[in-house]
Amino acid sequence: MPLAKPYLDIPGTTIFDAEQSRKGFHLNQFCMSLMKAANRERFKANERAYLDEWPMSEEQKQAVLARDLNRCIALGGNIYFLAKIGATDGKSFQQMAGSMTGMTEDEYRNMMIAGGRSAEGNRKLGEDGDAQPHRQPQGAVGKTK
Amino acid sequence: MAHITASVYTSHVPAIGAALDQGKTGEPYWQPVFKGYDFSKQWMKDHTPDVIFLVYNDHATAFSLEMIPTFAIGCADRYQPADEGYGARPVPMVEGDAEFASHIAHSVIQDDFDLTIVNKMDVDHGLTVPLSLMFGQPDKWPCKVIPFAVNVVQYPVPSGQRCYNLGKAIGRAIASYDKPLNVQIWGTGGMSHQLQGPRAGLINKEFDNNFLDRLIADPEGLAKVPHIDYVREAGSEGIELVMWLIARGAMSAKPPKVAHRFYHVPASNTAVGHLILENQA
Repeated sequence: MPLAKPYLDIPGTTIFDAEQSRKGFHLNQFCMSLMKAANRERFKANERAYLDEWPMSEEQKQAVLARDLNRCIALGGNIYFLAKIGATDGKSFQQMAGSMTGMTEDEYRNMMIAGGRSAEGNRKLGEDGDAQPHRQPQGAVGKTK
Repeated sequence: MAHITASVYTSHVPAIGAALDQGKTGEPYWQPVFKGYDFSKQWMKDHTPDVIFLVYNDHATAFSLEMIPTFAIGCADRYQPADEGYGARPVPMVEGDAEFASHIAHSVIQDDFDLTIVNKMDVDHGLTVPLSLMFGQPDKWPCKVIPFAVNVVQYPVPSGQRCYNLGKAIGRAIASYDKPLNVQIWGTGGMSHQLQGPRAGLINKEFDNNFLDRLIADPEGLAKVPHIDYVREAGSEGIELVMWLIARGAMSAKPPKVAHRFYHVPASNTAVGHLILENQA
């Protein structure tokens, strides 16, 4: 019997389950290594060389180099692990989360101050909320791409 | 006998720790957050326990993907604040209670819950931010802390019902310890938030306040809420709320006294929720 995964129809959301974890094992282990100051320095000095020390896929390495967190998550990354890349870059958790929406830092921050993103229209795929795939990217960053 | 006098519930947003550590508590953005804890800091002074049993989730700090314990109890004498990538928070070392923690582990495991026993680990913002919110910035934490880490990062994560039942087992374990300790159990993390993907920033005030209402008055019913409801309604990281059911489960069956309730949006990416519930004698 297949495992129940009722969370696959939530828009803009990837649940970090065993399948994602297997895919992202080395990517996430690389992130863990950034908890040591010496490793952060080595990574910053030569990102590519540091990434090449890990048995990650080329796609995963490119996603890290581009700081494309959505891509990292699709490739098995988990936000709590990926946050260590942001920390190494001196970014706040809000900057990291905001970077995945296509909004500028100010747009995202203002959305949060205004009460955050509504659940209306964002509970299931096929609704019309702002997190739905057909409404991406959401903000000014995405529109200039 | 050890006894649980109260339970404390609070979000553990890392940015709150950063705001404290960087002296930003007076900024207009942060003032309303910290104001919600003014009462709590005074209450803590008046109700400092001997030991806090602190339920939180590790955020890929002590536990990487090499090992993923569903429930892990800290049985060490001390725990170092972790370097989560920004350097360690400038907060005191956390002093444990190895003997009491081992007693609880023994009792809870014999009560059919499979805990992972941890004798060495660093503790991250999940544990240190709640301490900072409740105690401010002392040179030394004024009581001992037993860390209890719950996996809410990699699925499958434990259900609300399992957390609630586990809380009951922890309550029994604490009550069976023969030292006269005043114990608080804290459930931390949570309220609506999503930190990932195009749905990042989700906040659901209605869901959050309904959760607080039911946590106080209907924990049995609340324990039956399935995961998918948390994720759909409160965001992918809103699932952390199941940890509050552990603390609630450990409380007496009598309705608790609500000493304090607070809710605010936003702190960084999340809603901040906070409750202090006292056991009625």
